[in-house]
Amino acid sequence: MVFYFIRRLLLALPVLFFVAVFVFLLLHLAPGDPAQTIAGDQATPAQVAAIRKSLGLDAPLVMQFFDWFKAIVHGNFGTSLISQQSVLTQIGQRIGPTLSLAVTAIIITIVVSIPLGILAAWRHGGLIDRCVMAVSVIGFSVPIFVIGYILIGVIAVHFRLLPVQGYKPISNGFWPFLSRIILPSIALSSTFIALVARMTRAAMLEVLREDFVRTARAKGLSERIVLFRHALRNAAIPILTVIGTGFAMMISGVVVTETVFNIPGLGRLVVDSVLSHDYPVIQSIILLTAGVYVVINLLIDLSYAVTDPRIRYK
Amino acid sequence: MPNFPLKTLGCAVLAAGMLMTTQAYAETDVTAVMQAPLKTLDPLLSTAQIVRTYGFMVFDTLLGMDAQYRPQPQMADYKVSDDKMTYTLTLRDGLKWHDGTKVTAADCVASLQRWGRLDAAGKIMMEHVASITASSDKEIVIKLSKPFGQVLELLAKPSPNPPFMMPKRLADVADGKQIPEVIGSGPFKFDAADFKPGVQAVFVKNTDYVPRKEPSSWTAGGKVVKVDKVTWKVMPDMQTALNALQAGDVDLIEQVPIDLLPIVQADPDVKTATINPLGAQVTGRWNWKIPPFDNPQVRKAAMYALDQKTLMETAIGNPKYYQLCASVYGCEVPLASNAGSQYLSGSAADRLAKAKEILKASGYDGTPVVMMQPTDLTILSTQPIVAADELRKAGFKVDVQAMDWATLQARKDNEKPVSEGGWNMFFTYWGVTGIWNPLVDVLVDGSGNGWAGWPKDAKVEALRADYLTAPTLDDQKKIASEIQQLAYDDGFYFNAGEFMSVAAWRTKLQGIQPGPVTLFWGIHK
Repeated sequence: MVFYFIRRLLLALPVLFFVAVFVFLLLHLAPGDPAQTIAGDQATPAQVAAIRKSLGLDAPLVMQFFDWFKAIVHGNFGTSLISQQSVLTQIGQRIGPTLSLAVTAIIITIVVSIPLGILAAWRHGGLIDRCVMAVSVIGFSVPIFVIGYILIGVIAVHFRLLPVQGYKPISNGFWPFLSRIILPSIALSSTFIALVARMTRAAMLEVLREDFVRTARAKGLSERIVLFRHALRNAAIPILTVIGTGFAMMISGVVVTETVFNIPGLGRLVVDSVLSHDYPVIQSIILLTAGVYVVINLLIDLSYAVTDPRIRYK
Repeated sequence: MPNFPLKTLGCAVLAAGMLMTTQAYAETDVTAVMQAPLKTLDPLLSTAQIVRTYGFMVFDTLLGMDAQYRPQPQMADYKVSDDKMTYTLTLRDGLKWHDGTKVTAADCVASLQRWGRLDAAGKIMMEHVASITASSDKEIVIKLSKPFGQVLELLAKPSPNPPFMMPKRLADVADGKQIPEVIGSGPFKFDAADFKPGVQAVFVKNTDYVPRKEPSSWTAGGKVVKVDKVTWKVMPDMQTALNALQAGDVDLIEQVPIDLLPIVQADPDVKTATINPLGAQVTGRWNWKIPPFDNPQVRKAAMYALDQKTLMETAIGNPKYYQLCASVYGCEVPLASNAGSQYLSGSAADRLAKAKEILKASGYDGTPVVMMQPTDLTILSTQPIVAADELRKAGFKVDVQAMDWATLQARKDNEKPVSEGGWNMFFTYWGVTGIWNPLVDVLVDGSGNGWAGWPKDAKVEALRADYLTAPTLDDQKKIASEIQQLAYDDGFYFNAGEFMSVAAWRTKLQGIQPGPVTLFWGIHK
């Protein structure tokens, strides 16, 4: 298993390299100029050219790439062209809110969607099943920003039960943290609840039709044991896959949720950096995101072995 | 009974939540949402409005500009020699940099020299300057090599880029490079540790700052800070910002979109008003270098085809927040005049008929006009659509190309033909402080190699040179008016009218004063 883990990580290196090359070319060949962003709308071409030179953007593209890549290999992600702050400092400032949002949203997703999916499968064709499916269709169909505005309008603005926006780290106290993260997490999880509930229902329905489930019931086992010990464990693999990839999507930036609730996370940093053509920041975040996807996919694969003893990696 | 702990916990959480959410901010803190995020910290390198506002928080200027457009002493008092060739500025007592060291004349000389290298108007002034020296620790002497009537106005100008003073070690940084740290002598200190680009910028009261005794007026007079801390929060979604304002999380929003104003105007705890009385001018710029706008008659036809009122109604809507005038320097400034108004007056139908007639006689061959449309800038996204429609009615072929603002900014400096990434027309807007006289207004630069569009007119250049030495305001007005008339006759650009920005703030915030930028001194709760 350890060998498998290391081999998969090593195999990810070429993937990350190609991501780096692709992102670098894509950004540098796209129209736009960070020097113009710094200089502002009213700057003359001479002012912009002076800034471009000082940033090294007048050097040939190949040289710029190798300078950047050499620095990355040495662990130096550079500084923002616009703010002159270290890229790692900026990512460090933003990763906390994004992780908090992603973790809280995924907890809500798991806690709500899996029981709903099991319930719907257990009462297949009945009222509960139809209700769960209807709710999941709504969860899929209504955009996150609409759900966000409704939550803000009702809970934060009308009843004033929770703050309307912003983020406080958990180091400022559990309630200040929770009171600000709960609404965006609910909004963000709405789509994933729908997705995971449907996936759980489908996987459970398939397993519940299997012979071993009928045998378990014939043996006189309680429905709780049949559902949770026998059926759910066998239905777990697709559910874990959806949850894992959903978590990776959340970490890579959920710009709409972050914008509506004013959470200073990675999603907003990506958008700001793209709009201002801040190459070092975008390149680093995309590399980081690619790394996160690789690791999470690996963890999903490893989790299969935990839930299903028949799966072994060498 | 089994449910009791759960109920108790629920009630406790709810009560705690209500307590937490209704807590007031400390009365000495002000939280504001500004019109754009602060990202660049060098006030001389960037011409962006937010950087200018930040500049006035942290840095100071030798002279300030008052509400009557008069330069007034700020860091320094001044004397002008009888022949107006020597300006002596004496630093007032008690000036300190934010690192605790004394402000010296040598620092200010280095700052002026950097400004003279970076600012467009500063460069023109330096062409008239023989020397800038520190004759003592407190005295700066500017000697001119040839007459230049705008020295005091430029030292006091609030528009890009004001001559902000900084320590010599920062002012000596190479051109094009940003200053490595933020040390000014202004009424607020920049809190670098709490700066999160794209999230927040924090300013704390500079307790060492000694304000002038005169009453505050724009950037002149006493900058008396009455709060301990000002935090600029970035909120990209305006609806979120308005919710935060109504909930009391935010004290001030610098610019509220006009269509969202009714939401906050219905709230008795929120006040809305224009705090920058000068507004901003929307300008449709055409490219003189390539067809079809290299033809003066085609530019003239386009000018008649476009209609100020239609463009403003579409973009702003409420006439309370825009005004129409011919002045290229802003509607309410001392140099405002009606010169060239014949190109803007009359009914839209009459003007359209005239546009058709001129275009027909111009020899226009149907070359499509590439109109750049910034889709991510609400205030400028409608004009290209409306203008394209008006131009088409006059007989133009128009190709509206949608793009983001950053792409437009980069493309606008491309002088090449459309097939090589060039352009024919785009709209932008200018704060009136950036265009209020022919010296700072790059839109009336007729050198042929100035700002994007590159109009060339020797007569305008001669008049701009005359303006620099004009001795009285009446002389300046006369020259400015002549330049304006020529700018219309030659079709430098289309003046699409002026709009006002509306700010919203909680009523408990007092002392907000008008200014060319949003001023945070004098504000209190």
